[in-house]
Amino acid sequence: MTAPFIADALGPRGKRRVLLASVVAGGLLAAMVVVAFLRLLHKGQFSDHLIAPLRQWSVQRFLLLGMVNTVKAALVAMVLAMAVGAFLALGRLSRTAPVRWLAGFYVEIFRAMPLILLMFFCALGLPKVGIHLTPFRSVVVALVAYNGAVLGEIFRAGILSLDRGQSEAASALGLTYWQSMGRVIVPQAARRMIPAIVSQLVTLLKDTSLGTVVNYDELLRRSRDTGTFYGNTLQVLTEAAVIYIIVNFTLSRIARRLEVRQRRKYKAGAITVTGVEDLAVVGAHAEAAIA
Amino acid sequence: MRRHRWAAAVLAAMALVAVACSSSSKDTPTVAGNGGQTNTTVAGNAKPTFAAGTTMAKLQAAGKITVGVKYDQPGFGQRNPTTNQIEGFDVEIAKLIAAGIFGGTAADAASKVTFTEAQSANREPFIQNGTVDMVIATYTINDTRKQIVDFAGPYFIAHQDIMVKASDNSIKSVTDLNGKKVCSVTGSTSATNVKAKAPQVDLTLFGTYSDCAAALGDGRVVAVTTDAPILGGLVSTSNGQFKLVKAPFTDEPYGIGLKKGDDAFRSFVNDRLEAIYKSGEWASAFSATLGKIGLDTPTPPPVDRYTAGATATSTTVAASTTSTTR
Amino acid sequence: MDVVLDNLPAFLRGTRTTAELTVLSFLFALVLGTVVAGFRVSPVPPLRWLGTVYVEVFRNTPLLVLMFLFAFGFTKIGIQYPFFTSAIIVLSVYTGAFVAETVRAGINTVATGQAEAARALGLTFLQLLFLVVLPQAFRSVVAPLGSVFIALIKNSALAATIAVSDLTFLTIQLTNSTSRPVAVFLGSAFFYMLLALPSGWAVGWLERKLAVRR
Repeated sequence: MTAPFIADALGPRGKRRVLLASVVAGGLLAAMVVVAFLRLLHKGQFSDHLIAPLRQWSVQRFLLLGMVNTVKAALVAMVLAMAVGAFLALGRLSRTAPVRWLAGFYVEIFRAMPLILLMFFCALGLPKVGIHLTPFRSVVVALVAYNGAVLGEIFRAGILSLDRGQSEAASALGLTYWQSMGRVIVPQAARRMIPAIVSQLVTLLKDTSLGTVVNYDELLRRSRDTGTFYGNTLQVLTEAAVIYIIVNFTLSRIARRLEVRQRRKYKAGAITVTGVEDLAVVGAHAEAAIA
Repeated sequence: MRRHRWAAAVLAAMALVAVACSSSSKDTPTVAGNGGQTNTTVAGNAKPTFAAGTTMAKLQAAGKITVGVKYDQPGFGQRNPTTNQIEGFDVEIAKLIAAGIFGGTAADAASKVTFTEAQSANREPFIQNGTVDMVIATYTINDTRKQIVDFAGPYFIAHQDIMVKASDNSIKSVTDLNGKKVCSVTGSTSATNVKAKAPQVDLTLFGTYSDCAAALGDGRVVAVTTDAPILGGLVSTSNGQFKLVKAPFTDEPYGIGLKKGDDAFRSFVNDRLEAIYKSGEWASAFSATLGKIGLDTPTPPPVDRYTAGATATSTTVAASTTSTTR
Repeated sequence: MDVVLDNLPAFLRGTRTTAELTVLSFLFALVLGTVVAGFRVSPVPPLRWLGTVYVEVFRNTPLLVLMFLFAFGFTKIGIQYPFFTSAIIVLSVYTGAFVAETVRAGINTVATGQAEAARALGLTFLQLLFLVVLPQAFRSVVAPLGSVFIALIKNSALAATIAVSDLTFLTIQLTNSTSRPVAVFLGSAFFYMLLALPSGWAVGWLERKLAVRR
């Protein structure tokens, strides 16, 4: 729960006002809930032939296996995207100009492209040039291409967030560029980036739902198929939303706890990732700023 | 110590990727075994031999065929969540054709068919790109489409019909729709057809037929019009609220979409269709699927073995690709 | 590249629709998000609760699920709007959650001394929020809001799944009807960058103009 902004205690008039506002607001909320409930009832959305299928284990199993596919694609994409991101980050920090430009060019292109368009390209465009990808591979390739760029920027920000003194001390000790990277910079930067990486995993889980449009058999796809089969689209999609919320909320909490623990243990602050226009990153920032 | 932890993490990650990538073929639901849908009155065929180089030979060698079907069309192609199988008339036709390639009964051949969803707008791209070997997805044959793909069949002639509330007896034919509020789907041939037959109809257009059904239930419209089988599906899930007027107008020939120019394959599929007409397998498939949602089994339509014209390729957006025609 | 040039009108139309979707949704999201941020910091518990629920629900649900739920699920209870409007509603509500978080972070950057001074002067909560805190918070909120805007350009592509003729929708159509998918794809990337890069520059300019000179 968020803390009220005004930290000082309210006087009697303030307390009265807050009480009045609470009652009014609470009443309005309750009224809206009742209206929504009645509307659903009136339209027969609570009728048995719509809800009963969802009580069957075989249907629930069908949906949960969809979630398994979601997680599968997200995890695989996460691992590969981290590899791609690492390459890109090192590329952008390279001292060789062409490598820097190439990495920068890649990041610029994939930063601006919608992920769904990338998936469509993999499924509809690539076959025309002879590359046939299964839906799973289309989803993973698109996710890796996009999130590789995002993670690349996160990694770069992580590395840059380190005190300059670290790299200076490393070279003073006689370490080469790669040695200082591998033994000094990256290990420290990696610790700071863990919360951001976990947040990105949450994004990946959400973005896997885009796989529906390229026929990847994940939770959203299965929810829609169930909805058209039984006619209970509203109910099933709501259930799918609830599943997503529970999973992602839990992961976000883990990320936040990691962040707090990190701050306390290593006195490392949150890294500021500039130039990555991804809502998850923005959200994670905002949370870090508030906590 | 820390280095070992990183190494272990990297190894675990690589193992995960390897396992996931190798088992990715389990994504699409395949039809396994007998879903209880067909009663084959004919003993299974022997495995046929095909001339080398034909599509049939290649499919037989590969041991599988990929078919695009609808996943959301009751009676034709619907995915059943409890069994994770696709059910429907189009599905049965696909299995019967597969039996003609791989031999055996439709149930045996079913395990060799990989179904994938072919939504209306994706049917031509999937055929052109080779994503599927054929499309059986309430695919109406028309000349515009014939420029891009070839059609075997038709295997079914759908007729447009009208759906009203069960208590409504005022609408008996399409001309009764003049001046009434009627619902259909944006860009569909149904909408165009009803306007042609009843020019004073007050047409409301939604995105899907289930939305039209909702509007009918509300009373916002008094009738819904599209192909009878689709309406049949809506009637069967309406819990007795709706009924079919059974006054068909227009003919919509459903065909099997194939790659343009593959005349040998088209010939084979047409031959196979004629064979299952004669053997009664077509009729059993119909009564097991569309029959269950209230349609009477018709006589199978004669196949059209047209000679294809020159192939047309274009690099600009074709005018008709925006419509959601079936 | 002739593919792109031949179909320039289509690309431009799509870009325009994408721009419309983005700008309209962003404006609504700004209003909605600021209101919700206000709820989350208000002393009224039901409002705080509502704000938190709103943010957590829409941050953790995939946009596509929301899009389908609204466009195809809500029709069952009689709520049906034209696709373009539906897309804007869903995009606004979704983005609003992120705007709310960003604005809340911005509110936190305003020194508590400001709030205390305002209270000492006898301002009510609403007065202090709108006259003192938000104007100052605005400065630190510009850059993240710029990111939200650019992210929204990309998220607007999901409108293509409910048949809105935006840039993505037209790109898919074009990909299906040509034999040069890579050229089409790069053309589309170009137009998306055409929308994203100037936005980035505008945000940077705005940020610099509002930089506090101490």
